[in-house]
Amino acid sequence: MKKSVFLGTLAVAGLAAGISAAGTLDDVKARGKVNCGVTEGTLGFSSRNSEGKHEGFDVEFCRALAAAIFDDADAVEYIELSSKNRFTALSAGQADLLYRTTTWTFSRDVDLKTSFVGINYYDGQGFMVPKDLGVTSATELEGATVCIETGTTTELNLADYFRVNGMSYEPLPVGGTSEAKALYEEGACDVYTTDASALAGVRASLKDPSAYIILPEIVSKEPLGPTVRHGDNDWEDVVRWTQNALVAAEELGVTQANVAELAKGTDNPSINRMLGSEGSLCSMLNLESDCFVQAIAATGNYGEIFERTIGESTPIGLARGLNALWTEGGLQYSPPFR
Amino acid sequence: MSDLSYVRTEMLPQKAPPATSVGVVGWLRENLFSSVGNSALTVVTGALLLMLLSAILPWVFLGIWDAESLADCRAQFAEMYADGRTYACWAVIADRWDQIMFGYSFGNLNEGLYWRPLLGLALILVALSPILYPNVPRIMYVATAATLFLYPWLIWGGSIWGPLTLAMCIIGGIVAFRFASQVMITAFALPVAIVVTAVLIMVVMGPLSNGLASVAALELQPVPSREVSGFVLSITIGIVAIVASLPIAIMLALGRQSDLFIVNKLSTGFIEIIRGVPLITLIFVATVLMKYFLPSHIDLDPVVAVMILVTLFTAAYIAEVIRGGLAALPKGQYEAADALGLTYWQAQRLIILPQALKISIPGIVSNFISVFKDTTLVSIVALNDPLGISGAIRSNSDWNGIVWELYGFIALVFWIFCFSMSRYSLWLERQLQTGHR
Amino acid sequence: MSDSVAPPKETFRLSMLLYDSRYRGITIQFVVLVLVLLALGWLARNAAVNLAALGKPLRFDFLGDTASYDINQRLIEYTSTDSHGRAVLVGLLNTLLVAFMGCAAATILGVIGGVLRLSSNWLVSRLVALYVEIFRNVPVLLWIFVCMFTLTAIAPAPRAFRGDTPEASMLLWDSMAVTNRGIYIPEPLFSRPLGDLNLGVFNVSIELIVLLAVLAGSLFAMKWNNARANRIQTETGDRPNTMWMNIAIVIIPFLLVLIALGFHIGKPELKGFNFKGGINMSAPLIGLWLGLTLYTTTYIIEAVRSGIQAVSKGQSEAAFALGLRPGRTMSLVILPQALRVIIPQLISQYLNLTKNSSLAVAIGYMDLVSTLGGVTLNQTGREMEAILMLMAIYLTISLTISGTMNWYNNRVKLVER
Repeated sequence: MKKSVFLGTLAVAGLAAGISAAGTLDDVKARGKVNCGVTEGTLGFSSRNSEGKHEGFDVEFCRALAAAIFDDADAVEYIELSSKNRFTALSAGQADLLYRTTTWTFSRDVDLKTSFVGINYYDGQGFMVPKDLGVTSATELEGATVCIETGTTTELNLADYFRVNGMSYEPLPVGGTSEAKALYEEGACDVYTTDASALAGVRASLKDPSAYIILPEIVSKEPLGPTVRHGDNDWEDVVRWTQNALVAAEELGVTQANVAELAKGTDNPSINRMLGSEGSLCSMLNLESDCFVQAIAATGNYGEIFERTIGESTPIGLARGLNALWTEGGLQYSPPFR
Repeated sequence: MSDLSYVRTEMLPQKAPPATSVGVVGWLRENLFSSVGNSALTVVTGALLLMLLSAILPWVFLGIWDAESLADCRAQFAEMYADGRTYACWAVIADRWDQIMFGYSFGNLNEGLYWRPLLGLALILVALSPILYPNVPRIMYVATAATLFLYPWLIWGGSIWGPLTLAMCIIGGIVAFRFASQVMITAFALPVAIVVTAVLIMVVMGPLSNGLASVAALELQPVPSREVSGFVLSITIGIVAIVASLPIAIMLALGRQSDLFIVNKLSTGFIEIIRGVPLITLIFVATVLMKYFLPSHIDLDPVVAVMILVTLFTAAYIAEVIRGGLAALPKGQYEAADALGLTYWQAQRLIILPQALKISIPGIVSNFISVFKDTTLVSIVALNDPLGISGAIRSNSDWNGIVWELYGFIALVFWIFCFSMSRYSLWLERQLQTGHR
Repeated sequence: MSDSVAPPKETFRLSMLLYDSRYRGITIQFVVLVLVLLALGWLARNAAVNLAALGKPLRFDFLGDTASYDINQRLIEYTSTDSHGRAVLVGLLNTLLVAFMGCAAATILGVIGGVLRLSSNWLVSRLVALYVEIFRNVPVLLWIFVCMFTLTAIAPAPRAFRGDTPEASMLLWDSMAVTNRGIYIPEPLFSRPLGDLNLGVFNVSIELIVLLAVLAGSLFAMKWNNARANRIQTETGDRPNTMWMNIAIVIIPFLLVLIALGFHIGKPELKGFNFKGGINMSAPLIGLWLGLTLYTTTYIIEAVRSGIQAVSKGQSEAAFALGLRPGRTMSLVILPQALRVIIPQLISQYLNLTKNSSLAVAIGYMDLVSTLGGVTLNQTGREMEAILMLMAIYLTISLTISGTMNWYNNRVKLVER
């Protein structure tokens, strides 16, 4: 490493270990760190604090994964990727996986040689308008100017929605959330559209949030989830089941606080199997036998992560909505651990 | 002798010029109000200037330096001014200035590491001194050479033995060149020396540096390339691009001046292609396409990839500057070299290039300024230059929504760097001119 | 008496390729060529292997797929159901549009600024110097951001024009609206239109062709008129006054055609959320245009200044001695000579501006980089094809500009002894 870091400056290298098509888990173990692709800055999902550390919803999942593999939630290298180079970085092996607010679509799953292994956030595209426009439904937006962030599926959904409803509009594409928000606040556009998750956050950070409303229409499905390279099933399993464990932990009432206690054994066989006191699910993944205990201990269960990073007690103030557990009317559901 | 008493015999003392043409009044009359049109121009521009300043200055100087978040700033303003006026919220700079300047690698993540980029910058200034003051002792060239190896070490960290053994390999290459040029012409000695250096680097360097490191580690905390950010990133890309591009640029310039048809056309083609496309497309190539062009087992860091492409970009531009220098030399210099019986390479090395490079220095400095400014483009591909960091700061919920303060601060820092360099370049131009006359 | 020794017979030996400086060049060139070809081949082979591994062979058929995104600023008809290829064309035209507007504005401002920079008025010349130093020492990307945000912060939103006592009002007799979404200016309309001419890729209105044809005819007639005046001048020594006749030749046919076509002006009007009608220059276009112009102008000011200063003082003194006023001296004596120095620098600034227009991607102006290298690339995942095309197109534009300008430069430059 020391040498290659230097050689890199001479354009000779940056020569890291070779990437083989299979065996990402072995590579990760050999490296001692998970290379987790995140956004270069998305409010609530991944951003850097004033100490320069990454924090956010997606970041917590990276940490849980690292804890499951290494018992150390900090064993993560965060690779900041733009929407342009995320898939290239993944396929070239620069990142082991993406937790990068990436929408699961057919063509990305099939054509781009990537695989989506779960959904950590069910999103959908929504609209926000100033209250004084008197608009109550997205169908009244004929002729409006719409601020969108470029390079995302948002642009396509917007075009589809207006075309289907026979309305015209003026798109105002902007590079990033903060730029778009500044333009919106100055009235350069009537409507702000993006994933509903981000929309609530943007509204909360406006000068006068009460002057804006979010319209009831959700015009698209935006399932966001972890992405891995196509064809490495062992690694897929590790990522998929670590995330499932966080959801299952919430279903079963396992929290950051009580996981150590529960890991010693309980009356509930589901908890016992997941936490390793009955059977050895973790070793089937080639991980330490307490892998999920470590993951939950590091970040808490799905609900705790949500509340801590983007939930109603944070400035972003998102409601669980679709992301509530299936038992509570949402869609988050974990296949059984057995 | 007739009586000429009506003629003065002594000179009259000079009369003071009229009050309207000296002092403040005279200066004003001459420079501001010399005609009706001029006076009108003065009044109009003066009024515009005052309007602009009265809009900007209060915003700048009544700003708040002490707050925890943008919301806090707004609350403080609401408390201070009942009419809802707000001014700058400089608190964001107070909170994050170290990230903007030193990046995540040397910012508050690693409190104790400020000295590394600062020492690096100081080293660069020392290294530049042979150019700054043409008659410093020759020992300073050693410092310049040492900086080439120490600066990357300071930025990326790791063991000192890596750079040192690399330097040894390169010295080995130079020695090989000396020996080879005894027995063959330069055109062949040069490739031989390059091959020797490459072999030394590939075969000897690794074991040697590892061996030495096991004896005495002497290492700095390594910093991964992607963590090199902020102004440190801009400066590093700029410096690497200029230094690494110089040899390439000299080769390209000589190639473009060459009589050899294929060499000439290849150099010209390369220069024109690179100069014909925007830098942003080359940065796309670096971050998106580079991986396709290399064997799949090589994983090139995006920062390094960007540096390579920016180097090629700079080389094409500097090649044109050097070509201008070559063309500006009087033809007599070439003819004199021929008359002395020097070979092509001897003539270039001893007579042509020293003079051509000297007159090219101001052009090279202004190219450095533009490369330095152009490094902001890497923010478009998610690297953390100052603009990229400003985006990252705004994606944190504390500072979401802050625009002008960050742009203003970044613009100011860029301005200070670029302005002083351009002044230096002007000064140098004057120095070099007098050298010629 | 002297013996003349015949020169030794030239025979070519292989070793001469190495040791004879006449042939050594061939060897060196051959080696260089082989090395370059090997390197290129290596890169191409890697690319082919890597792309094949990803199942993305080099194909350009994605250009025919439906683009399904919208573009707000467009010079030709385009909807989201059109193909990626057409979106790319829209982007290309947008790039050319902003480059042309930027070059024109920067040239005008630059010449004015360069002259003011040398003005005897201290305040003015210092202010221009200050402007130059401030703008050229900060990255252009920052200026583009600043212009865009200043525009949206200062100009009123369309809703400010609404109501009985609107906060903002339209300019120039209600014909022009400056909003933070863009500037709306009146458009020329014809009540008796001739229709459009379909050129395959896009339509050109026949009215425009007719007007241009009439104008070209008028200019031709004007040239003939001037030639006639020259002939009379050489024959008789008197030059007939051509001005009125020239004006009549140019204006009357043009006006007649306009009236025949039923020309009138379409004013923008506030309808719904936005102004409708008129020609719209969107805010990103104006922000980018301003940013590029303000930045490039500084370089043109310096070019003009150095050009003017390069003209020797004797020239202006001679002009003054001939009784020319300062303005005429500048336009007839100084500037034509200064152009020799200015034009090469101007060419490189035009090229820089065109290349810098690629920064549009940062503020959402849909130029070539935002369409082909932005949304299209992201939607289709064809990085290799899109970026190579992008570079090829920019290269073509640059070579065309520099070719044209060099040709012009060769025409105007003074023939040296």
